[in-house]
Amino acid sequence: MAFQAVVLWTDWLVYLLVLVIVATTAYVRSKEHLRAPWRRVAQSVSGMIGLVVLVVFVVAGLLDSVHFRPRLAMSDPNAKVAYAVEVLSALDLVLEPLRTRREKTYSAPLATHLYAKETIERPDGGQARDFPRLKYGGAQLKDPERDWAGDVARRVLGGVAGGAVVWLLLGLLAVMAAARASGARFSQAWKRVWCGGTEVPWRAILLTLLAFCALGGATIALASQYHVLGTDKVGQDVLYQVLKSIRTALVIGTLTTLVMLPFAIALGIAAGYFGGWVDDAIQYAYTTLNSIPGVLLIAAAVLMMQVYIDGHPELFPTAAQRADLRLLFLCIILGVTSWTGLCRLLRGEALKLKELEYIQAAHAFGVRHHRIITRHILPNVMYIVLITVVMEFSGLVLAEAVLSYVGVGVDPSMNSFGTMINNARLEMARDPMVWWSLAAAFVFMVTLVLAANLFADSVRDAFDPRVRMLKPLTQRRKDAKNANTRQVRGIS
Amino acid sequence: MISYIIRRLLYAVPILLGVNVITFALFFLVNTPDDMARMQLGAKRVTPEAITKWKQERGYDKPLLYNADAAGTAKLAHTIFFEKSLRMFVFDFGRADDGRDIAREIRLRMGPSLAVAVPAFFVGLLVYITFALGFAFFRATYLDFWGVVICVAAMSISSMFYIIGGQYLIGKLWHLVPISGFSGGLDALRFIVLPAAIGVIGSFGASTRLYRTFFLEEISKDYVRTARAKGLTEMTVLFRHVLKNAMIPILTGVVVAIPFLFIGGLITESFFGIPGLGSYTIDAINSQDFGVVRSMVFIGSLLYIAGLLLTDISYTLVDPRVRLA
Repeated sequence: MAFQAVVLWTDWLVYLLVLVIVATTAYVRSKEHLRAPWRRVAQSVSGMIGLVVLVVFVVAGLLDSVHFRPRLAMSDPNAKVAYAVEVLSALDLVLEPLRTRREKTYSAPLATHLYAKETIERPDGGQARDFPRLKYGGAQLKDPERDWAGDVARRVLGGVAGGAVVWLLLGLLAVMAAARASGARFSQAWKRVWCGGTEVPWRAILLTLLAFCALGGATIALASQYHVLGTDKVGQDVLYQVLKSIRTALVIGTLTTLVMLPFAIALGIAAGYFGGWVDDAIQYAYTTLNSIPGVLLIAAAVLMMQVYIDGHPELFPTAAQRADLRLLFLCIILGVTSWTGLCRLLRGEALKLKELEYIQAAHAFGVRHHRIITRHILPNVMYIVLITVVMEFSGLVLAEAVLSYVGVGVDPSMNSFGTMINNARLEMARDPMVWWSLAAAFVFMVTLVLAANLFADSVRDAFDPRVRMLKPLTQRRKDAKNANTRQVRGIS
Repeated sequence: MISYIIRRLLYAVPILLGVNVITFALFFLVNTPDDMARMQLGAKRVTPEAITKWKQERGYDKPLLYNADAAGTAKLAHTIFFEKSLRMFVFDFGRADDGRDIAREIRLRMGPSLAVAVPAFFVGLLVYITFALGFAFFRATYLDFWGVVICVAAMSISSMFYIIGGQYLIGKLWHLVPISGFSGGLDALRFIVLPAAIGVIGSFGASTRLYRTFFLEEISKDYVRTARAKGLTEMTVLFRHVLKNAMIPILTGVVVAIPFLFIGGLITESFFGIPGLGSYTIDAINSQDFGVVRSMVFIGSLLYIAGLLLTDISYTLVDPRVRLA
């Protein structure tokens, strides 16, 4: 074997999460009443744009969740097989050139020269203080001053063109699928998509994809010879760092809610449904936990875990495993501090539900408690759970950055937006300023959080009965029109 | 009312006790004082004598819960739980690692925290409500639509970017105010303006959007339609009726936050070098000063409970239907 598969703790949970999502999707597809609100999500323009962006991020995150240790190259074929200490991921393989082409120190985006002056040997034997050429960035250029602009422009154009071709193929496939689904001819389907007449906003989705393809194509074309977003203090490619940070952000945003969900659901429903001393005990528990300011509880817990990890180095064979456990622990402790909100909501809803006639009827028929809860109460509160999960995501991604800044976030060796911002702070004071790390973290983080916010809003609008009536009047008229046309066409 | 407040205060005791037990478990049971000593001293200097000395200096050399060697009540009193956790109820926090008295330090640092947080709080509230009411007035127009778009975009930006951006733009580029630091007296104003302004801008998006939904929810109610049907102008309806009623949900979120003004913004204070409680906490976390972190956890939960109580009392002030009994 050329590698040894490594499945980190968070990897297991990520796989579990994917499994849960796939299973839920299959289940929802089979039930019309569950499909209806999702159809409303699919009709929301901003929601679908957010979803497309999220999917792109998730693909990067999933690639980064497949870990392995490569085999060390041996000169002696009979030697015992040994694997590198470094744990790599599938994303590292894709980004191999970015990962390995290290410069000496800072260099600006697309630069050909180092950021700092150094003493370099001239060909004629003398010495001079100048900006040395980069080892990899633009190394193919003979005369950077003259050729640089032309080369970059050629690569950007080529990359955008390549991206556009890929996009056209994707677009053709999408329109063909739409044509088949509606039974229309291809030209009609194309016209409908282009004029924004489809129910699912295909035009917006395709335009978002076009932006991604063009940007991606240009980046790939440039990245083969340049450091597109520059390099950091130790000469590592910033683009590589932000791409690796995506997984950390996604893991924090999703696993935190995943680990807290069982507690929040079980305790919240139990408190509301059973009442009495159960309610008192659970309320006491969450008031107590809630009354500790979140940052402080997290700080205290992470400090203590740090002591534990330092005291037991034998438990962690690789640095990646140690960093991963810290990430998992951070998720758990963030979950402990954030489950109270959901718990309270569920308690309120369960209190309301248990007074309804159909549940009293179930009581009268002698249905057992756990059956009433799983059969009648749980399905009726799931919309609250779903809304909370998607709404919480962006807040958690933002929280990670703050916690890493405070020093109680992810392991300093782990790439994350928080550690990037933290390092970039000190770089701002340099003259000339090193802005690219911060800018890269900013752009990626805002894109991710904004997409998550847009998607979360459309999910909430579709699922929360209270919000639906608060939509602006124009939107409501449009909805009504849509509903009418569907009825006319006999789809609804 | 008075009896209600007293009951609530009594109810706070078990909660604070619970907080105490949690922090005690976190700091002393999960890891023994020996572990902490080893970590603080660093790997090289760990000798049994050094650990004993470290524990003695901080008073960690006693048994955790029950001291069998002592006599009488001292059996329970001469323990870590009593001396480090229960003594907090009388605001005796002991000493920080640098030897200073934590309680005194907290008193000193309250001022700067309040100086930044209070203006930010009130200006922020005014700004958010103004904008939210404006969006609600222009609801279902392009102004409202783009206002919400800007809010969503603004809430997607991490607060740290606002701070770094503000410091760079106003402090470094335009040299309007010093980038960081603090001083007493009127001079403090120069140092307060930027962090307070950034505090307001930082939560503009989320708060304005939230308040806008509160206003819209209120606007869609029947009494508003009645008011309009009576012939009241939209202005009167908004200010006399909607604003007053929407204050109830707004207060719920806001009043809880008032006590936390003492702690101030953790991040803001440490970025701007304001010697308040927030930066004190962050410094303690970074230097792993467990005593200070424990004290701040206690103070934080105390303030939270005070916030809940204040919220309930404020309801009676804005909503005559609410009676506390």
